[in-house]
Amino acid sequence: MADIIANRPLQEEKLIEELGFDDHFHEHHHGDKYQSNFITKYIFSQDHKVIARQFLITGMIWAIIGGLMSLVFRLQLGFPEENISWLKPFLGKWINVNADGIGTLDPQFYYALVTMHGTILVFFVLTAGLSGTFSNLLIPLQLGARDMASPLLNMLSYWFFFLSSVIMFYSLFLSTGPFSGGWVAYPPLSALPEASEGSGAGMTLWTVSLVFFVVSVLLGGINYITTVLNLRTKGMSMWRMPLTIWAFFVTAILGLLSFPVLVSAFLLLMFDRGLGTSFYLSEIFINGQALEHVGGSPILYQHLFWFLGHPEVYIIILPAFGIVSEVLAVNARKPIFGYKAMVYSILAIGFLAFLVWAHHMFMSGVNPFISNFFVIFTLIIAVPSAVKVFNWISTLYRGNIRFNAASLFAIGFVSMFISGGLTGLFLGNSAIDIQLHDTYFVVAHFHIVMGVAAFFGMYAGVYHWFPKMYGRFMNDTLGKIHFWGTMIGAYAIFWPMHYIGLAGVPRRYARFDGYETFEMFASLNQFITVAAIITFGFQLLMVINFFYSIWYGKKVKDKNPWQASTLEWTTPINPGHGNWEGNIPAVQRWAYDYGTRDDGSDFVSQIEPMTEKEKEQVH
Amino acid sequence: MIGLIIVASIALIGIITVQIARLSEVAGRLRGEADMQFVTNKRNGTWMIGFMVIFLIACIGSALYYKNYMLGYGPHGAASAHGPVLDRIFNITLFFTGIVFVLTQIALFYFAYKYRGVKGGTSDHISHDNKLEVIWTLIPAVVMTFLVVGGLDAWNTVMADMSRDGVPALVPSAENEYLEIEATGYQFAWDIRYPGEDGLIGEKNFRLINTGTNPLGQDWKDEKNWDDFMASEIVLPVGTPIRVRITAKDVLHNFYLPHFRVKMDAIPGIPTYFVFTPEVTTEEYRERLKNTPEYNVPDDDDPSKMRWETFEYELACAELCGKGHYAMRKIVKVVDESEYREWLSNQQSYYVSQVRGTDADPNKGEVLGYEIEDRKADFNVAAESALNATVDSLRTVQLEYVTFETGSATLTDNSKYELENLVGFMKKYSDVSVELAGHTDNTGNADSNTALSQARAEAVYNYLSQNGVNGDRMRAIGYGSARPVDTNDTEEGRANNRRTEFTVLRTQGDV
Repeated sequence: MADIIANRPLQEEKLIEELGFDDHFHEHHHGDKYQSNFITKYIFSQDHKVIARQFLITGMIWAIIGGLMSLVFRLQLGFPEENISWLKPFLGKWINVNADGIGTLDPQFYYALVTMHGTILVFFVLTAGLSGTFSNLLIPLQLGARDMASPLLNMLSYWFFFLSSVIMFYSLFLSTGPFSGGWVAYPPLSALPEASEGSGAGMTLWTVSLVFFVVSVLLGGINYITTVLNLRTKGMSMWRMPLTIWAFFVTAILGLLSFPVLVSAFLLLMFDRGLGTSFYLSEIFINGQALEHVGGSPILYQHLFWFLGHPEVYIIILPAFGIVSEVLAVNARKPIFGYKAMVYSILAIGFLAFLVWAHHMFMSGVNPFISNFFVIFTLIIAVPSAVKVFNWISTLYRGNIRFNAASLFAIGFVSMFISGGLTGLFLGNSAIDIQLHDTYFVVAHFHIVMGVAAFFGMYAGVYHWFPKMYGRFMNDTLGKIHFWGTMIGAYAIFWPMHYIGLAGVPRRYARFDGYETFEMFASLNQFITVAAIITFGFQLLMVINFFYSIWYGKKVKDKNPWQASTLEWTTPINPGHGNWEGNIPAVQRWAYDYGTRDDGSDFVSQIEPMTEKEKEQVH
Repeated sequence: MIGLIIVASIALIGIITVQIARLSEVAGRLRGEADMQFVTNKRNGTWMIGFMVIFLIACIGSALYYKNYMLGYGPHGAASAHGPVLDRIFNITLFFTGIVFVLTQIALFYFAYKYRGVKGGTSDHISHDNKLEVIWTLIPAVVMTFLVVGGLDAWNTVMADMSRDGVPALVPSAENEYLEIEATGYQFAWDIRYPGEDGLIGEKNFRLINTGTNPLGQDWKDEKNWDDFMASEIVLPVGTPIRVRITAKDVLHNFYLPHFRVKMDAIPGIPTYFVFTPEVTTEEYRERLKNTPEYNVPDDDDPSKMRWETFEYELACAELCGKGHYAMRKIVKVVDESEYREWLSNQQSYYVSQVRGTDADPNKGEVLGYEIEDRKADFNVAAESALNATVDSLRTVQLEYVTFETGSATLTDNSKYELENLVGFMKKYSDVSVELAGHTDNTGNADSNTALSQARAEAVYNYLSQNGVNGDRMRAIGYGSARPVDTNDTEEGRANNRRTEFTVLRTQGDV
């Protein structure tokens, strides 16, 4: 067995040389003129691996900002009477200091923080940081492509994201504060500067930023789709693609179909704001005067928004599905259970994602009859989701599991996805949603199922593919501490919110003490806040680990440190632009040939030809 | 200082953690990475089981601990007729998801522990099992069908509007009657409007809104508005169907009554509704809480009272509407019918009490239907009592609403309503004779005052005789300023002195 492992790299190189596909890469790209200097190599790089890292690090910076925001508003919710004037140097006029020197958070800024937290986490961290990172890194590597179909558009995709980030970041420093009408930005609140301070310049920048963000998503998405369809290496049929690629592929399609609708919603909103149109506005009396707008419908915006908004949650979670499937299979040393069922589930979820948007709008005044259809489609989504969960659990069954930070996070993901997914059955059923809509139950649900779970998928991916990104390992002990702290911490934060929600407490309340019904959870809210602060500390551990390991981590010595079967591990330890030095590998088999064999090995690389016996029992 | 110590200790903990992590990596290298992996597997596998046990116990334990706070459990059974239906669907869903939750979490963590990598361990090449996969596709599908059918059945019943034969009423008593009220959200409060005696809510138009004189933009030309009143609290009669018409003035709001399982967005330009029947009075709900230990502790805001004593149903906003979103509370009281009627008797029509006769009143100068009715009733009471009076001085009734053009004896148009009442009275009691008297104040020439008052009394006389009252039964006299009922030194007093009266002269009893 030891011989096999030792000889494997040589054997693999031979296989690539003999069976691989010669695309005359060296003749065209000798010396790689595109990466000749520092700027083209590290900043305006067209190498998908560099762009992936750019997405990841930008996403991490945003995650820290968004996380810190949540701590500030958690302080307000957990300790509303506490003196927070020590935050004044950072937050300035948003801390109201009274005559006794007691500082409290301005409610206006509370709402700005909540809004920014949502926007940042949903779009910048879990869309750009997750899908952007791993689609970029893995699509070419796992398909055996030299790069994306259009490296230039790919580079532009990142830089539009960067531009969008700069604008959003700038809006945090406006004197009227950033946008504060909730990440969903429902008009008329978002349309009328009279309605809220944040709906002035803050909203304008918010909208502009997100339009650039959509450009970024579209440029990326069209590239991912094209690459998956056209640049698969020899032998890589669709049914041989790893589940990561399937997930990124469907994610890109969802993004391409839904994000433009968001832009159209924003465009009409901009018209209402700036040009005096009445798409969303009607019969409004505000600030002592009746506005001229008549005939518009605020509900129209909600339809357009959620036509993106719901697919968006699958845009966030599907890449995590893919990553977790891959990491679980590799570390359980078993094929992913029910590969085809997994693919069909992804496709089914992707399709149904477009038919459920109005389940966010059961209580928004749409005709109750319409809700019938959305309830049915929403609950149908539970079926493919359940199949995926059962398959992940079955993947562990009779495995030989290697516990490391990546696999721990993958297992944690499944636990979170179960917990958060099941509460979706309550909310998706409109009858129950009458009571639970816009309460903390919803906050608990979506944070667990698409916040924490997506983060777990992202962490699993970062720990697993860090060696491929930087040629070094992250410290795995620290990774495991990070996992256990986050696992316990995340449940401690979000589980109790179910109870608060079931007691009827609405979300987006800056204080609860005005209500007899809502003020009873002071101690529970304190507990949640403390848990959030500690859990955030564990994430910093990960950040430290990440940056430390980039320069000082243990070096990768084996091309395939996890003994994985997919193509990215056949590239050199530090692959250059173009990924493979000679031929690109040809694929001979599916991506999940794991399991102990007679010769003692427990996986077969995708580039190894099938034996005669295997050919007879085609997968 | 304390802050500094906290920051320093956190930094210290961080550094220690990082160092431990580095050391363990070094130790791992010394021990051999493969062997170290098995140690790690065992350790983390065991922790998986430990976590699972603690997690499941914590979930169930905490749920039981907080049970009495959660709506639908303990004392918090729904206070509306439709609420228990929704709570039951919640519990059915909880039953199925609870089973799935416990089983899948146990399977996940147990498999993780059981199949951890051990030295010489193997993994099986199991790629799929069609039969198994069909089974676990079908089971969720069947359960979902069950949940969908139950949920939609309830949804379509609860969200249905009032039936067509329903009749709105302020105090519903018949089977098909219901009370319709209107809730209007704005930054950052609710205005609650009751329909008044007619049971109907009047029309409104956002262009008519005036923060001072017409906060809802009610159209005062619409007579349904005249009796509508604004309430500082929502008071509802128990056991009566309530239809809430939900509107908004500026941005989106949401009409949310947690204890009644009521929730609906308020949208500017698009009125929405929610129909529900409150079944539990505020007092009865307090009684329920009284028997619950969690509510038998001193109240947070008023420690002299117990929590259950301070309980109120509350209206909250559940759609982000700006920086005061969290402060749109309104108290809801559910009371029995007699208490409701008593409360109603203290409410005043917004139009009558705030608008009628002011510059903001488009009906200024007109007599409105309800006023004609009221005056008729008042007149009849006064006339009957004059008729039955045994003392002469009580036989005189002032015709308060009979007025003349300034300085002339021409009756104003509005005088005819009161005169019609007098005609009716004369016709009803055909044996009654009256004296019609005109009075002026003391300003001006005494003779001309007397002449004017005489002419005015005759104008009334003429009106009556033209309307079928025999002239023999009446006499008209002008007293000028000779019989003042008030001082002539103030304008108010002088106004009281300028008046027209009638005095019952003879009834059958007299003859």
